[in-house]
Amino acid sequence: MSPTNFILRRLFHAIPLLVCVIVFNFILIHLAPGDPIQALVGEFPAPEAYVAEMRRAFGLDQPLYVQLLLYLKNVLTGDLGFSFYYRQPVASVILDRVPATLQLMVPALIFSAVVGVLLGILAARKPYSISDNAISAFSLFGYCVPAFWLGQMLMVIFSVELGWLPSQGIKTVGVDLDGWSGFFDRITHLLLPFGALAIRHLAVNARMMRSSMLEVAFEDFVMVARAKGLAEKDVTARHMVPNALMPVVTIIGVDVGFLFTGSVLVETVFGWPGIGRLMYESIVKRDYPVLMGNFLITTALVVAVNLIVDLVYLWLDPRVKYKK
Amino acid sequence: MPLPQLWRQFKKNRAAAISLYFVIAFILAAIFASELSPYDPFALGDGALLAPQSDHWMGTDDLGRDTLSRVIYGTRVPLLVGFLATATSLLLGILIGSTSGYFGGLTDVILMRVTEYVLVVPRFFLALLVVAMLGTGIMKIILVIGILGWPEIARVVRAQFLSFREREFVLAARAIGASHAKVIFKEILPNAIPPAVVVASILVARAILLEAGLSFLGLGDPNLVSWGSLLSEAQERISASVWLAIFPGMAISLLVLCVNLFGDGINDVLNPKLRKK
Repeated sequence: MSPTNFILRRLFHAIPLLVCVIVFNFILIHLAPGDPIQALVGEFPAPEAYVAEMRRAFGLDQPLYVQLLLYLKNVLTGDLGFSFYYRQPVASVILDRVPATLQLMVPALIFSAVVGVLLGILAARKPYSISDNAISAFSLFGYCVPAFWLGQMLMVIFSVELGWLPSQGIKTVGVDLDGWSGFFDRITHLLLPFGALAIRHLAVNARMMRSSMLEVAFEDFVMVARAKGLAEKDVTARHMVPNALMPVVTIIGVDVGFLFTGSVLVETVFGWPGIGRLMYESIVKRDYPVLMGNFLITTALVVAVNLIVDLVYLWLDPRVKYKK
Repeated sequence: MPLPQLWRQFKKNRAAAISLYFVIAFILAAIFASELSPYDPFALGDGALLAPQSDHWMGTDDLGRDTLSRVIYGTRVPLLVGFLATATSLLLGILIGSTSGYFGGLTDVILMRVTEYVLVVPRFFLALLVVAMLGTGIMKIILVIGILGWPEIARVVRAQFLSFREREFVLAARAIGASHAKVIFKEILPNAIPPAVVVASILVARAILLEAGLSFLGLGDPNLVSWGSLLSEAQERISASVWLAIFPGMAISLLVLCVNLFGDGINDVLNPKLRKK
């Protein structure tokens, strides 16, 4: 299968998923206590004319299947509704926040993947040595500590006690910094939420890479490589690591969903203006259209990241190309 | 394997055995919370925001409530959610996984496609959305977390069914005319339980973290104390009164750690093959 076909197939698989999410939102609107119009508008005093217009647009006086079709049509044409709190269409409220979340998430994803894999290789080199035990203990810690609590503790240490780093927001408010000082300002704001978000994934990836390395260590091709006299570092780099990476790459794809979980909590702790924080604000404001739109757009983002992970997989493992 | 032998096997993993004692201690604390707590967790005390001291080992909050008592009472919600939600996931996962693996064909294709979807969807967002729109309450939280946990169970159960479906003892049972239900529940399912239990132990830890997250965002049961809601209350005052955040967070981390280590121990006992891998 050519890479283009592969991508097309994956995209084709993603469409029913997104339709399912839309149908799910539709069901929720009707399961929610009270009038469905409340779920469509949010709990705000909306003008009568707008409510009447919404009733018409979503066909609330028509049979359910007509309503579902209308809902699908509206959402698929990009109309996710209107947020009365933000006085903006839902789609633009959410899309405005996506860059901030990506700014936090992409570095966390890359860092935890690269460093996690390196730590895993290091730990597997001498199983049960001091460095292995230290890395394993650290990954266990990262796996068990809730990200938002870790965020709170990092904030107390580095921001309240030591005063090294800012505790809230994405950049210093009220000052116009440009060039390097602006960049530096953003980095200092990024470090704490980034740390809180990355650590769990770092832990998962390190654990996974370690056990994956130990698994390939006894494969025949590794013994052959050693037997033909390759230096140990070449055996590791050329034969063990590429094979051990496969399951880890899969895990990274699955973990993207969990990264969004972390982002809601960590963004809430640090007042980071991304879609996670938006989710929290919309819960507090009972802004249901934003909640539902956010779920849909986040799902689309997860699907997109998974697609990228699949492509990495394809590039790493040529065998996938020949499988049906 | 008989129980005493299982226990001897399990004890070999020291960390797992110690974790089990800790988990039991947490359960006892939850049951006897009213006896163990030095104060009423809801009673307004005379000293607000007191730092940890001899009268209040973990300090007090802005309304003068004793943090230690609140942390002890807070044990109930995570344990209840952790275990009941996982039981829900187990039930659903076994049902779906065995149907899928046993009957195969189109049923399998459809069920596995749904499983894959649930795995891809950002489940925490989904849980937030459902609880925010349908209302909070501990039963709803348990159901939502439970329903979202089934795919992991369904996958391992299905894999077991696929590998056992054509074994001699199953074919023999079918040959003597055993019904589908009998083959599924009596012959194959017992073999699918051990790996499902191992996955379930991971789900308990995850459910506890999810509940803490929901409560932290203000979507916990408003009538109950939970570690997550304590951390949410602590957030505003974190710079001046850090003890409000330290203790509930340590409690969550310790419980999750113990559940995970206990799960590792179960894994060693039930899946000796996996261990070698």
